Amino acid sequence: MSKYVNTSVEKVDGLALVTGEEYYTNDFTFDGMLHISVLHSPYPYAVIEEIDDSGAKAMEGVVEVLSFKNVREILYTTAGQGYPEPSPYDTVLFGKVMRFVGDNVCAVAAETKEIADLALKKIKVRYKQLKPLLDFEASEGSPTIVHDKDGSFPKIPVFHDPAKNIAAKVEADIGQFDNALEHSEHRLDHTFYVPYASHCAMEPHGAVSYLDRRGRLVIISATQVPFHVRRIVSAVAEIPVSKIRVIKPRIGGGFGGKQEVLLEPIVALVTWRTKRPAKLVYSRKEVFVSTRTRHQYRTRFRAGFNRDGSIEALHLDALENSGAYGSHALTVLANAGSKTLPLLNKIPNLRFTGKGVYTNLPVGGAYRGYGATESYFGYGQVIDMICEETHNDIVEYYKKWSIKSGETSPIFRALGEGKEGVAMNVTSTSLNECLDLGARLSGWYEKRKQYAHSAASEERFRRGIGMAALMQGSAIPEIDMASAYMKMNDDGSFNLLVGATDLGTGSDTVLAQIASEVLDTPVEKIIVTSSDTDHTPFDKGAYASSTTYLSGHAVKKCAEEIKRQILVVGADILELPVGELEIEDGRVVKKNPGRNEEVPAVSLAEICQSSLYQKRQAQIQATASHVSPKSPPPFAAHFVEVEVDTATGVIKLLNYVATVDCGTPINPTLAEGQAQGAIVNGISYALFEDYHFSPQGILLNDTFGKYGMLTACDIPPITVKLVASYEESGPFGAKSVSEININGALPAIANAFHHATGKRLFRAPFTPEYVLSVLEGKKERRSPK
Amino acid sequence: MRAEFTVNGAKRLLDVNPNETLLQVLRNGGFTEVKSGCQEGECGACLVLLEGKPVNSCQVLAMSVGKKRITTVKGIGSLHAPHILQKTFARMGADQCGFCSPGMVVAAYSLLKKNPKPTREEIASALDGNLCRCTGYVKIVDAVARAAEELAKEGGEPHV
Repeated sequence: MSKYVNTSVEKVDGLALVTGEEYYTNDFTFDGMLHISVLHSPYPYAVIEEIDDSGAKAMEGVVEVLSFKNVREILYTTAGQGYPEPSPYDTVLFGKVMRFVGDNVCAVAAETKEIADLALKKIKVRYKQLKPLLDFEASEGSPTIVHDKDGSFPKIPVFHDPAKNIAAKVEADIGQFDNALEHSEHRLDHTFYVPYASHCAMEPHGAVSYLDRRGRLVIISATQVPFHVRRIVSAVAEIPVSKIRVIKPRIGGGFGGKQEVLLEPIVALVTWRTKRPAKLVYSRKEVFVSTRTRHQYRTRFRAGFNRDGSIEALHLDALENSGAYGSHALTVLANAGSKTLPLLNKIPNLRFTGKGVYTNLPVGGAYRGYGATESYFGYGQVIDMICEETHNDIVEYYKKWSIKSGETSPIFRALGEGKEGVAMNVTSTSLNECLDLGARLSGWYEKRKQYAHSAASEERFRRGIGMAALMQGSAIPEIDMASAYMKMNDDGSFNLLVGATDLGTGSDTVLAQIASEVLDTPVEKIIVTSSDTDHTPFDKGAYASSTTYLSGHAVKKCAEEIKRQILVVGADILELPVGELEIEDGRVVKKNPGRNEEVPAVSLAEICQSSLYQKRQAQIQATASHVSPKSPPPFAAHFVEVEVDTATGVIKLLNYVATVDCGTPINPTLAEGQAQGAIVNGISYALFEDYHFSPQGILLNDTFGKYGMLTACDIPPITVKLVASYEESGPFGAKSVSEININGALPAIANAFHHATGKRLFRAPFTPEYVLSVLEGKKERRSPK
Repeated sequence: MRAEFTVNGAKRLLDVNPNETLLQVLRNGGFTEVKSGCQEGECGACLVLLEGKPVNSCQVLAMSVGKKRITTVKGIGSLHAPHILQKTFARMGADQCGFCSPGMVVAAYSLLKKNPKPTREEIASALDGNLCRCTGYVKIVDAVARAAEELAKEGGEPHV
């Protein structure tokens, strides 16, 4: 029986967070600190012919101006990924070419933020405007070339053709798609669109830097990837890695938006040059426009299937709007296929074709769901269409056709992250239990019947219920690495040092629980220090649903080695063989003592004191690293009941049920919280969130008020149930949980809408205007063929 | 220039410029528990109580505050003496990244003061001005409801 995992212990930083004690990046202030403001391009595509910064430099209080005039143009990618990054090197910190409204022109460092802001107004820039490319469907082969002979290149051997505006291309072909499609009894062909979105982490992006007493550069940053920050700042600001320390304090949410190295090179350069502390915190508008977004996508699904519903052939063609730079362009694209197509693994003929194309619009990047969200919108509806046409109940259909334990999908090998993927079998799933439980909790069968005539009715308010099944992954196999270090203290407590990055998810707590479980020691005796490149060992960072699964495994290995050392010392003290000993409740005891025997025991405190001061003197300490040979998918089933107001086009959610297989939930409360947060973000994206651009490529809804994310008043009743499975390759059976649940709202709501009205939604968000146009049967501007 | 402000029951001399918001003055004065999420009055991260009434401190000119009592989340409870709301937030997972938490706690505290037995709808409505991207609000509403129950059991009403 587990004691410390599968237990909802309070977050180790919980009370400090809710009493306002914890420090976030912007809470750090240093004497003599400079404040930085960045001038962003007002044009979507322009060449800077001249920057006259003399007016700014003449202002009292202005200390430094950075632009291409004094910062070398070094090509890199802002994507904080493993090295060499699979994203193209197509970005410079301050370039001469502006590729979207919001691109970096220059930065001013001044004594106060007010002076820095005023100084921006004194900078005269002469632009030569170019014809911008604002429609991603017209990008490939457009006469407007976004990266026109600018030297951009892929760091790894992958397709990259900037002359045709192609940032990334991914293809996989399994079986004989064309032939199978032709010989199928039924065929369908539909195209779906999902829009741009902002992560809306409550804390805006920020970074602060200073020189320590020995002249080394310290960067405090709201980042998900401190080690990638160190490496990339070193390359872009031309400062040796040995001179850089990156610290992640508390971070106010990330969701992928802080997996980018955007602000750190700027503060680094200012501090390195001026020898003074420097701070740059973006405004909310800057976060919306100039950081990173969810990619806009078009997905086209072609399927051939039989009367019984079996699918013979499926082709997913994805077109990704990478925006002005190709950050995460390739890998989000690959995941659009690799996180959806294996779900129904018995389809013999599969094709995935995808392109990421450049435009003169804001830059896409990592966003919770990472391609899967974008493609599940269409995938989940296509399965619903096939079930409807072949008179299958979709819940039973998923139960029959979804991937089972012991099974594989050729997609796992075919679609990797910039290289071939990793073949693997699924070894844990409770998807069928999730489907049954979700159907029961949502009243699926009753409501499918009850609302069966909604679509044909003339009522103003029509109800329906829909669902979708989902999978994601856990970490990037054979690419990403995590490590941990532990040492023991006099009183039987332990320091656990991890590079892993808690961005509010509670991973510091989850990792402590894993160490606690191995050492049978309460969580409060595990002192966690995380995300400091000087003091914690390497971790790839918080992304790809990997911290619990991958970093957790490193912690488990590390704690096991500590345990081994403890037992050796305990054996010495107790004069018993190591094999007869166990750690129990903070003591080393004899396993299976005789009935009347007094149990030989020695406390962990005594063991540490002995090892530090008395016998066999050595610090009990260990490190461990972990790379996963596989990426076991978590699974989920989402059920949504809706009421459509056919007069106004408003879709009201009446009930949302999600059943989730994340393996063993190390901390069920935190796992539920991950699911609830992702679901609401998913609902918000499905119903409201979008980027509206002017014809000049200017983002019009760049405030929370205009953007319209959900508030507490807007949420329907949400039920989340964790249905555990046991993943042998994960720590204590754990898989991931952070991303998967953002993928369900789009297809499940769309399917419920179809149940209610008989109509299909091909475009998100489902605004009242769009819903009305669908109800009125208006043709899509780009209707599916 | 400097002006006197009453923050969490104590008088403090803080640096202030005539065009600065209460948010800026509080944060520059070391009250970093008041968070800055949008500076447009739309996210609620900077919520404080002014004479017991919740206001987005980014929307208040500091010079207009005068002698009015300001309460930040630390005036409601501290790490060493947390308020029941803060305990339920931490215990029930209502805090993920924690950036919205100070504002959420202030909003919830203000609600419970007026309405010690709120329905879930009333709780949601009171938190309508506070954005959170991490939790989906579910556990926040749960935590406020539980805090109300526990406060009722104690027979005490929150007060500052």
